[in-house]
Amino acid sequence: MASATATLVEKEEPSSLILAAAGEWLVATAADLDQRLLALEVPTGRRVTFDLAGIDRLDTAGAWLLLRTEHDLAERGNAVEMRNLRPSFEPLIDQVRAAGIIAPARHPRPAHHTIAGFIARIGEVSLALIARAYSILGFFGVVSATALRLARHPRRVGMTAIVAQMEQTGVNALPIVGLLTFLIGVVIAYQGADYLRFYGLESYTVQLTAASILRELGVLLTAIIIAGRSGSAFTAQIGTMRVNEEIDAMRTIGLDPVEVLVLPRLFALMLTLPMLTLCANFMGIFGGGLMAWGVLGISIPEFFIHLSTISGWSFWIGMIKSPFFAIIIALIGCYEGFQVARSAESVGRLTTLSVVEAIFLVIVTDAGFSIFFSSMRI
Amino acid sequence: MADQSGEPIIRVRGLVNRFGAETVHDGVDLEVFRGEVIGIVGGSGSGKSVLLRTIIGLNRPVAGNVEVLGSSILTMSDNDQREIEKHWGVLFQDGALFSSLTVAQNIEVPLKEYYDMPLRLLDEIAAFKVGIVGLPDGTGEKYPSQLSGGMRKRAGLARALALDPEIVFLDEPTAGLDPIAAGEFDILIRDLRSSLGLTVFMVTHDLDSLFAICDRVAVLVDKKIRVGTLEQLLQDSHPWIHSYFHGPRGRAALLSETGSRKEKMPAAASI
Repeated sequence: MASATATLVEKEEPSSLILAAAGEWLVATAADLDQRLLALEVPTGRRVTFDLAGIDRLDTAGAWLLLRTEHDLAERGNAVEMRNLRPSFEPLIDQVRAAGIIAPARHPRPAHHTIAGFIARIGEVSLALIARAYSILGFFGVVSATALRLARHPRRVGMTAIVAQMEQTGVNALPIVGLLTFLIGVVIAYQGADYLRFYGLESYTVQLTAASILRELGVLLTAIIIAGRSGSAFTAQIGTMRVNEEIDAMRTIGLDPVEVLVLPRLFALMLTLPMLTLCANFMGIFGGGLMAWGVLGISIPEFFIHLSTISGWSFWIGMIKSPFFAIIIALIGCYEGFQVARSAESVGRLTTLSVVEAIFLVIVTDAGFSIFFSSMRI
Repeated sequence: MADQSGEPIIRVRGLVNRFGAETVHDGVDLEVFRGEVIGIVGGSGSGKSVLLRTIIGLNRPVAGNVEVLGSSILTMSDNDQREIEKHWGVLFQDGALFSSLTVAQNIEVPLKEYYDMPLRLLDEIAAFKVGIVGLPDGTGEKYPSQLSGGMRKRAGLARALALDPEIVFLDEPTAGLDPIAAGEFDILIRDLRSSLGLTVFMVTHDLDSLFAICDRVAVLVDKKIRVGTLEQLLQDSHPWIHSYFHGPRGRAALLSETGSRKEKMPAAASI
């Protein structure tokens, strides 16, 4: 396809300035024509005549350029006339003229380009954060109230939904949780043995691995994996239902979305996260033991002797934390799902947000537990 | 009006579409001529949207050939495909606007993709396209989620028209609009067709639209297609086509349009 060409020739006549337009006034030539038209220098008060006889092809972009120039010249006080336009182009000109001269849309611009804007943004974000925390607390209240109401009518508990959620969040997550904690156990034992050997204490490798996995790493890793895996799924599932107006449909049928959607996920996760943590602890210590046996030559009976020196509290500290982490992950996941507006775009945004928030809160809570347990001296 | 003597602008030959065991099209032939408005109708699941998607190259048929503006869609190179995409615009069912961009930015996307223009000119073109499709001032700054369904369709049409295409494909343009908005949309399409010389390929369920703006109608029945003017199809004895046009809704639409139609388009009556 040959590239289109358009021309504009200026001709001075005593009565007026003649602008002879010719060729193909199309969107393809618009950038070029736009430059030429803007560069026109017309003395104020001078009469301008557009001679359009030479225009072979015209589209809305070309028509717009003609009309814009006419409009600009008229604003400056020049008399403008258009002549010799082919009759077949007249409807097009009329259509564009009817649309009128519209001010171009302003592009959205971030507000923090100035120092004042930056400070204002810090304020806005802080206020939004507080409002958010308040709103999440409110959601927690609604879920708790619904759970208490349900406790009085235990037969309404949707066992099928809970079991289905347990399969998705628990059974299906077993391979990834098991594999990752096994690898972490291997890594801790390997790295730990190196450092401990320096002090001649390499036989304590088993204690180091077991204590760190039981108290912290097992439950924390499991919670983080589940926040990324199931928390995000909760947000996406509930969010998609929001977009499809399924939540509204539920309400009109008399179903309580919190009861039908949130509680099964919450209960399921509160049951599966401790179980997954148990499995994670086992796999982590197994990995550490394997490494101790392979690198340090610690035999199986020796391994169990070392392991028995770990206090039972180490195990319980990890297990006690897991249902709390489950509550955080399920609540945040469902809450963000309900925040989805009508657009599908917000599903993606809020899913990301839900994972980040859940992991953040899990770690903050973990720090809180750490302080609590150390003040209890366990 | 439609120039039926000329070369067809779209030519579909022996099209076969199959999804799994289900055959949707079995030998569909269709010609669309420059400057005409053709309406595609058919029952749910008869493959109207599949036909549209096949013509614009989003769906690969099992067999058959599709030519648009003289070149075969199925065998062309990527460069030719880009070249031909400049000459058509597509309005998807719910507008399919990019949700992270404003309406004005949506309209600028195809312009930026194909032409090197100063930003100011892009903004100006986007602004008058917003006006041409009848959206109020200031709509350009809004995001798609802030618009009603009817406004999203108009904004989608503005994006489809961004490059001043020769053909526009409309997928159920009036579905989900109230009768007044749907009627306005019909008028808008008709005005744009006559002023811009568009060829319009329209999938629709809306009988009023069919009677108001379509020169010819293609009916998808029994995995094949039947094309004709409305007058011809009204005489068709195929049971589905008969009940489509002679059901209560078909009769009502026919009654309301025949009067104005005769005045507007004397040519149609003489075919």
